[in-house]
Amino acid sequence: MSSFLTHYLPNVMTMIPDFEQATIETLYMTFVTALIGGIIGLFIGVLLVLTGPEGISENISFYTVLDKIVNFFRAIPFIILLAVIAPFTRIIVGTAIGTTACIVPLVIAVIPFYARQVQNALLDVDSGIVESAQAMGSSTWGIVFRVYLKEGLPKIIRSSVVTLISLISLTAMAGTVAGGGLGNLAVMVGYQRYENDVTFVSLILILILVFVIQIIGDILARLTDHENAK
Amino acid sequence: MAQISLEHIDVTFKQKHQVSKAVQDVTLQIEKGDAYGIVGYSGAGKSTLVRVINHLQKPSAGKVIIDNKDIDKFSHAQIRQLRKNIGFIFQHFNLMNARTIEDNILYPMVGTKTSNEERKQRVQRLINLVGLNGKEKFYPAQLSGGQKQRVAIARALANNPQILISDEATSALDPKTTQAILQLLKKINKELGVTIVLITHEMDVVKSLCNKVAVMDTGKVVEKGSILEVFSNPKTQLTKDFIDTTNNVKEAVDTLSAQEHFVELSRNQQLFRLHYIGASAETPIIVDLYQKFGAISNIVYGNIEFISNVPLGNLIIEIDAEESTIKEIKEYLASKDVHLTNINLDQEKIRNSKEG
Repeated sequence: MSSFLTHYLPNVMTMIPDFEQATIETLYMTFVTALIGGIIGLFIGVLLVLTGPEGISENISFYTVLDKIVNFFRAIPFIILLAVIAPFTRIIVGTAIGTTACIVPLVIAVIPFYARQVQNALLDVDSGIVESAQAMGSSTWGIVFRVYLKEGLPKIIRSSVVTLISLISLTAMAGTVAGGGLGNLAVMVGYQRYENDVTFVSLILILILVFVIQIIGDILARLTDHENAK
Repeated sequence: MAQISLEHIDVTFKQKHQVSKAVQDVTLQIEKGDAYGIVGYSGAGKSTLVRVINHLQKPSAGKVIIDNKDIDKFSHAQIRQLRKNIGFIFQHFNLMNARTIEDNILYPMVGTKTSNEERKQRVQRLINLVGLNGKEKFYPAQLSGGQKQRVAIARALANNPQILISDEATSALDPKTTQAILQLLKKINKELGVTIVLITHEMDVVKSLCNKVAVMDTGKVVEKGSILEVFSNPKTQLTKDFIDTTNNVKEAVDTLSAQEHFVELSRNQQLFRLHYIGASAETPIIVDLYQKFGAISNIVYGNIEFISNVPLGNLIIEIDAEESTIKEIKEYLASKDVHLTNINLDQEKIRNSKEG
């Protein structure tokens, strides 16, 4: 077995610690970004729904501004965002290169993406249910937590899966500013040194990560969905 | 003082360049224990009007007074408190899909001082009341439409409200389920003494549940009063049309106008609609017409129903008599409080083809 691997994956076998390191970096970037970006994105998504047309705290001028900001940040290609906000990153983290520094542009890229996903998920909550909660005397934040987030949970979970998966592809790009991770390994080592087995194994590891997230997400979404399940 | 008093309510919606008046100058007094029906076609402003009662819709002008309190002066917190004490049921039930039946009924009690013990008892009592024992742990998706509306009713009663508003609550249900839900509402009105404000486009619903009715058209109340007053003496054409949907007179006329015999009556034959209330129902009209005037009359269609225990009759009869006799008959019947109107099938046909 060992000789088989050494034969087909010669470079990988000498780089096991690097793979371990890169996997940890990818997981670190993904989950820290998901946590920070997720909370802020969720909050902005909720604000978009509350203040948007027909929202329970309708405020069209606030909504329009927020909506434009979200569109603006979603329009910036990530690779350019990395470069453009480097000075800002330096202020926050102290450096513009490295894994932790990567989290700043990642968070900024994920927030508008996730906010839009959350907005769409919550707009799918039946407005009649929201109205009935108002008729039962719920406050605005009561409706957010007890109605929107609870009724919209299965769709939010599905949106979160989509966001996490695209976040993983962003972490791969972050390798270009010495962010590390599996993407960095695949490109900087595998591709540029013509060590194809390194690229291949990096890909397999990323795919495993994506599939695991997808499967867990599907199970959670199914468990929380009482509307379509019989 | 009425329990709910709406005074000169206006609701105006401003869209970009046009202003639409959903409710115009509506004044209604709803007494404690009433089952007040508000009937009208869709777009008449009924839903907007009832939403004014708990300020789901703020009126553009006018006053809402509930239990002698002007609710326009209420703070947000007071409005929320008021809403907890007014049950609201909807056409599409609006149950929370992510909560079990039990949790749906518990929802309105969130943030109230009701103890956990009391909450549990209340849920059990309400589930018994609406007849859904054993369904406590089910989710709404697992129930039928009628069962969902029962849950919605139980939920609306969770805080022991004195007022229950029903917004087309039976419109999405089949006729049999509709009757069952109306019986339940009747029980809540009679046994628990809850005031019911019910909006519908079906006069049948009003007839079987309400003691008072208001008819709405394009934002205005065109007629209101006790069920008996309105059914026995409707003043507007709209109200008459609504009432006709409950007694099949219109269908009878339609059927007759499709039959040659009735369309081409011989010279002395005429079709009449007789409409009478209460004591008049006891007069043997057909016999009278023959004995007093020698007129032979034939009942083509008849319907007698009881509104608040008072008989209300609608007959279509064919009378064979001279014009002068018909005149005498009209005077005689008027003295007996029986309304006689001529039915001209040709005109009915024209009217129908226009509507169609």
